[in-house]
Amino acid sequence: MNALDQRPIRILVAKAGLDGHDRGAKVVAAALRDAGFEVIYTGLRQTPEMIVAAALQEDVDAIGLSLHSGAHMTLFPRVLDLLKAAGADQVLLTGGGIIPDADMAKLGEMGVGRLFGPGTPLSDLVAYIRTEVAARREVGSA
Amino acid sequence: MDSPSPKQPSPEQHAAAIRAGDRRALARGLTLVENEGADGAALLAALGSVGSAHRVGITGPPGAGKSTLVSALVAAWRADSRDVGVLAVDPSSPFTGGALLGDRIRMLAHADDEGVFIRSLASRGAFGGLAAGVYDAADLLDAAGFDPVLIETVGVGQAEIEISRAADTTIVVLAPGSGDVVQGMKAGLLEIADVLVVNQSDREGADALVAALQSAVELRDAVAPPIVKTVATRGEGLAELRALVDGRAAAAAGELTARRLARARARIRAAVDRRRADAFWNAADGAQAQALSEAARGVADGSTSAAEAVARLLGGESA
Ligand SMILES: Nc1nc2c(ncn2[C@@H]2O[C@H](COP(=O)(O)OP(=O)(O)OP(=O)(O)O)[C@@H](O)[C@H]2O)c(=O)[nH]1
Ligand SMILES: [Mg+2]
Repeated sequence: MNALDQRPIRILVAKAGLDGHDRGAKVVAAALRDAGFEVIYTGLRQTPEMIVAAALQEDVDAIGLSLHSGAHMTLFPRVLDLLKAAGADQVLLTGGGIIPDADMAKLGEMGVGRLFGPGTPLSDLVAYIRTEVAARREVGSA
Repeated sequence: MDSPSPKQPSPEQHAAAIRAGDRRALARGLTLVENEGADGAALLAALGSVGSAHRVGITGPPGAGKSTLVSALVAAWRADSRDVGVLAVDPSSPFTGGALLGDRIRMLAHADDEGVFIRSLASRGAFGGLAAGVYDAADLLDAAGFDPVLIETVGVGQAEIEISRAADTTIVVLAPGSGDVVQGMKAGLLEIADVLVVNQSDREGADALVAALQSAVELRDAVAPPIVKTVATRGEGLAELRALVDGRAAAAAGELTARRLARARARIRAAVDRRRADAFWNAADGAQAQALSEAARGVADGSTSAAEAVARLLGGESA
């Protein structure tokens, strides 16, 4: 086995959009740390450009975006486009917020990973990221 | 612009891409060296000797304003179009291995500036300690053309000593309220400081802290480090701090040489120690690891002393 496969999962957690507080994102960040992840936390009001620039420098496996502004149909695709443009489309883009099922499905078709509504147990999120990142690392090193 | 790097370049191609300024290659390379595996070692070997970027350690107690100060210093150098690299180190949990790396929050002003490269590192607690990965990461930033390279660590334990070995200049940042820290760190932070910063000097108690530091450093027989008052959030005192750091980079060439010598020694030793230890514990198909388990049982149940167990484990070696 390649030593790289055993390194901790690195994930960038950010709150996108212009609205208020980041309590939810902080709770998620702490839970991911407790699950053994290395969490790069960049806080509030992140633009897609800032998020992707940080994700590239940090060479993360995944990006977890929290947003509640209703702008998910523009923010998620924009982040995805920027990742693709940088040749970093192996990075998992996941996240959560109040997002209608129909929109989740559409985003999924575009290539966004699973999105988690409020009240989802954090253990589901952790398990999902573990599985998904393991699969993507496998592909990356093939 | 950044062309997507091929998935598995050779170490030579990878090193060339880093030297040519390919940021993705740099980010990927940092992952390799951080992981301290064979791929990282191959990359470092291909990179050969690196330049001489000024390495500046910034350490101090939690919340003193280290990250804010780093961000303000970066801004000062960016005003002169210097490309600046930042390594922000935070501890990993010894229990879960996880880490919350939050220093970037204070550095968002540089979020989409191509001339600033920020990387968060978890200490990971690997054998050889914090320093090994940080030396290598700093080398990569250096090779990619970043000068200076700033290294932020939380100064609460052994880490700050190690960082002072990795850096050409060590800035110790304190804030009003870290007075008790000053009391408790007779042999620690003050001794490694090349420059002492009293940050948050807009807050009450700053002058008292300066006075306390002044009398503390005057007691030593070494050259007293300069003390600078700053308000990192407003950029106050930053011109003076920057000038001090640049002055050290330019003028103290002799001292830098001594510093670099010590750094090279520490680094080589750490690498040799690590390889030796790896080889020892992984020897003979895990027999050594099993011997450790047995010895541990004996020591735990009181039938052997730890010293005896060590002697037995090392028995095979001419130690
Ligand atoms: N009043 C005042 N607050 C400051 C100053 N510099 C930093 N702060 C605030 O102090 C808090 C901590 O700042 P950081 O830069 O995160 O401190 P740090 O030392 O990097 O913290 P850790 O990395 O968590 O150890 C933040 O809320 C800053 O805005 C200053 O000069 N004056
Ligand atoms: Mg900090």
